[in-house]
Amino acid sequence: MAAQAARRPNDDALLRVEGLSVSYPGDHHFSSPGAQMIHAVRDLSFEIMAGETLGIVGESGSGKTQSALSVIGLLPETARRKGSAIFSGRDLLLLNEAKLNEIRGSAISMIFQDPMTSLNPHLTIGRQMARVLERHQGVSRQAALHAAAQMLDAVRVPDAAERLRQYPHEMSGGMRQRIMIATALLCKPQLLIADEPTTALDVTVQAQILTLMYELQQELGTAILLITHDMGVVAGSCNRVLVMRDGKMRECGSINKVFYESQDSYTRELLAAVPRLDEVQTRRLAVVGNAPAKGGAPDSRPSGDTMLMVANLDVRFDAGRPGVFKPKQYLQAVADVSFELKRGETLGIVGESGCGKSSLARGVLQLVDVHAGRVALLGEELGTLDRRRLKQKRRQMQVIFQDPLASLDPRMTVADIVSEPLHTFFPSMSRTRQLVKVKAILERVGLKAEHMNRYPHEFSGGQCQRIGIARALIAEPELIICDEPVSALDVSVQAQIVNLLMDLQQEMGLALIFIAHDLAVVKHISHRVMVMYLGRIAEVAERSDLYESPRHPYTQALISAVPIPDPKIERNRDRTLLQGDVPSPLEPPSGCAFRTRCPLADYRCAAEMPGLRTLGNSLVACHHA
Amino acid sequence: MLSFAFRRFLSAIPTLLILIALAFALIRVAPGGPFDTEKQLPPEIEARLNEAYHLDEPLYQQFGRYLLGLAQGDFGPSFQYKDFTVTELIAAGFPVSLKLGGLAMLLALLAGISIGTLAALRQNSQTDHVAMAAAMTGISIPNFVLAPLLVLLFAVTLRWLPAGGLGDGGIANLVLPVISLALPQIAYISRLTRGSMIEVLRSDFIRTARAQGLPGREVILGHALKPAMLPIVSYLGPATAGIITGSVVIEQIFGVPGLGRYFVQGALNRDYTLVMGVVVFYGVLIIVFNFLVDLAYRWLDPRVKL
Repeated sequence: MAAQAARRPNDDALLRVEGLSVSYPGDHHFSSPGAQMIHAVRDLSFEIMAGETLGIVGESGSGKTQSALSVIGLLPETARRKGSAIFSGRDLLLLNEAKLNEIRGSAISMIFQDPMTSLNPHLTIGRQMARVLERHQGVSRQAALHAAAQMLDAVRVPDAAERLRQYPHEMSGGMRQRIMIATALLCKPQLLIADEPTTALDVTVQAQILTLMYELQQELGTAILLITHDMGVVAGSCNRVLVMRDGKMRECGSINKVFYESQDSYTRELLAAVPRLDEVQTRRLAVVGNAPAKGGAPDSRPSGDTMLMVANLDVRFDAGRPGVFKPKQYLQAVADVSFELKRGETLGIVGESGCGKSSLARGVLQLVDVHAGRVALLGEELGTLDRRRLKQKRRQMQVIFQDPLASLDPRMTVADIVSEPLHTFFPSMSRTRQLVKVKAILERVGLKAEHMNRYPHEFSGGQCQRIGIARALIAEPELIICDEPVSALDVSVQAQIVNLLMDLQQEMGLALIFIAHDLAVVKHISHRVMVMYLGRIAEVAERSDLYESPRHPYTQALISAVPIPDPKIERNRDRTLLQGDVPSPLEPPSGCAFRTRCPLADYRCAAEMPGLRTLGNSLVACHHA
Repeated sequence: MLSFAFRRFLSAIPTLLILIALAFALIRVAPGGPFDTEKQLPPEIEARLNEAYHLDEPLYQQFGRYLLGLAQGDFGPSFQYKDFTVTELIAAGFPVSLKLGGLAMLLALLAGISIGTLAALRQNSQTDHVAMAAAMTGISIPNFVLAPLLVLLFAVTLRWLPAGGLGDGGIANLVLPVISLALPQIAYISRLTRGSMIEVLRSDFIRTARAQGLPGREVILGHALKPAMLPIVSYLGPATAGIITGSVVIEQIFGVPGLGRYFVQGALNRDYTLVMGVVVFYGVLIIVFNFLVDLAYRWLDPRVKL
């Protein structure tokens, strides 16, 4: 840190932030003015040179977004700012709204995390883009639309002129993020602030967007302030990194310095907590603030008895009513999926959004109508059970959901939430015994007995997920389906939850289905991994086979799209970038579903759907693998 | 779009039939009949009258006869205003009611949306609190209390405006009825607007618009207004019904010769056909209006599929 302080402010800086603090008054209804301030950012100083990319990394609540928003005056009105932010000779923090509006969208642009909600759903793309140019350059609507179409071409949006007449909901997430970027670049800004621009996107689309941002930066010379929680993204895209925690800067320096010679303990812990795709040996993930725990990763596939058998599962949903001239449409969410799961085994399921991962989980749990196929848990076929017996059977299969807070009833105490399965499956159990069990399971998942009478909103995301795990475990199930259980959590918390799940599995001999879009996490926890594309299995293999010698071109592309948090490796990788988006499941391509994006596709792939065949130790659905 | 209109048309038929049947049953359950007067009519004359108006037939035959007439666009003769058909009475009363109701609706929307937006922009300020307190008062006071109070102040005490009637048809006569009719709606719409505007202003795409350097006025009018209008558009259906029922009372209080007044007179006189006619006419009007509201919704929110 001493070395940082000695660095002189650089006068060539495009943006120089000094002593920036952001604070909010505490609960203003009940306290006297100024009584308690919540500090979101404390005494932050940094600078960005023209044309460079500065990454700001940190976990949620670290103040990274707050500092970016405060620079361009987008904080809520209650926020208090201190310090200065000098941009081309003017202090942005002192400008009034009108002066600031001349800079925003013109010299400094911003793109946001969620492309689904950051575009106005009620206006056409053309209207939203044209307004920016009309406002900043005073051009006519006609000229603005023309320039907008050109910019859409530049961000490789196909059929630009057509897109201008469309609304955001008619496009995929990746397409919308391209449109966000195009809109931000319309006035050729000197600085682009990108707040988690790829967090809501699939890895394949993330790779496309990051490449695009890099190419545009080379072309336009725009400096980028990249806010992210993903060390892999930082390793691939940034020149310099600033690490934040609790509103304060922990470290700032060149990418190599921070990744390889970090002086800061938190930075090192953060890096160690990230699961990595390029590690040969799996390990327990390091946990921030704790010493590395004992070893004990999943070894080879356990050879116990078969717990779950799924054969030719087929799940489809109605898509719109039949019209006079069109037959009833179906959305084929899961098609012809078969697998087996043994006691103590973890099956990871990966694939882009819309690939049918969650529908498969719901089909297995009998939470949706299964159109065809069989699911058998411990030899008992679920489709043949009547309602009462199926309800009893549900004790053996439990589920953990993605959004930890939303999956807990906000009006129930932790004790009520966790004991609910006991009410359902053991109605005669006394309240005292229930509470004894609740207490034991809470302590097992790392919570305390005194948490029992609190409500979910009083807990952090990671603690909420522990409550969800306790609820899933209390009735002593055999199978747990985890649907994206860690994707809403920070890296350090994610490591704790993944470790907890692995421990619980070893202790209780659970079979786990672990659904995630993060291939590195799946690699850590799974014995076998199944890759899905448009509802079908593309490839299934033991973990080491799948990650070390992926056979299916889709698996290869997915793996190569995952950023590795190591700048030297990340920047020297050969990438097979997938083009475009997943096709609509309402109109899947003929033959092999992946052929529209596959580098190996030929006439045979369009004519014939590839079945799963054995290649080495893998099952692969590809003609050319 | 066309298929949507067709589906809505089909679904309107059972709605109307239920409405007609209910109104038919209710008015006949009410004690008394159309030809009860203070002086008892001679029984033979009453029998002749009943025969002339088919009131001697069994109820199901009367109902069938009425439906048959309706299908041909015939509301039947009025029992009370003997020289007029119900169609003629509606044609005479509706333009007046339309003018009154239309102006009230227009005023309610303009004032309600402006006040609501203003309150949303200055959330938790003095302006906000005063506007919302006034709105709460507006919702709480029934218009049959409000209207006489307005008359007392502006017509009797200040003598600025006429107390009732249509006079020469000038705008001065309409001011008080329109305001009394619009006030509860203004109150309700401004509360709705405030709530939805606050929510929209918090959304991500408004932050995007601000990050693009669009000035506040453009952010509100260009980006926020359209989505913020969705709840107001949904409320237009109930609002129309509210204005129609309100006009029945208001026309009576101010002596405005509109459809509502005919309706009240018709109900008091057991003028079966007139009451039925007004009910069916307003029923159709509300159904059509709700259809238009759905179209407007589609226009405001492109994600809605019809």
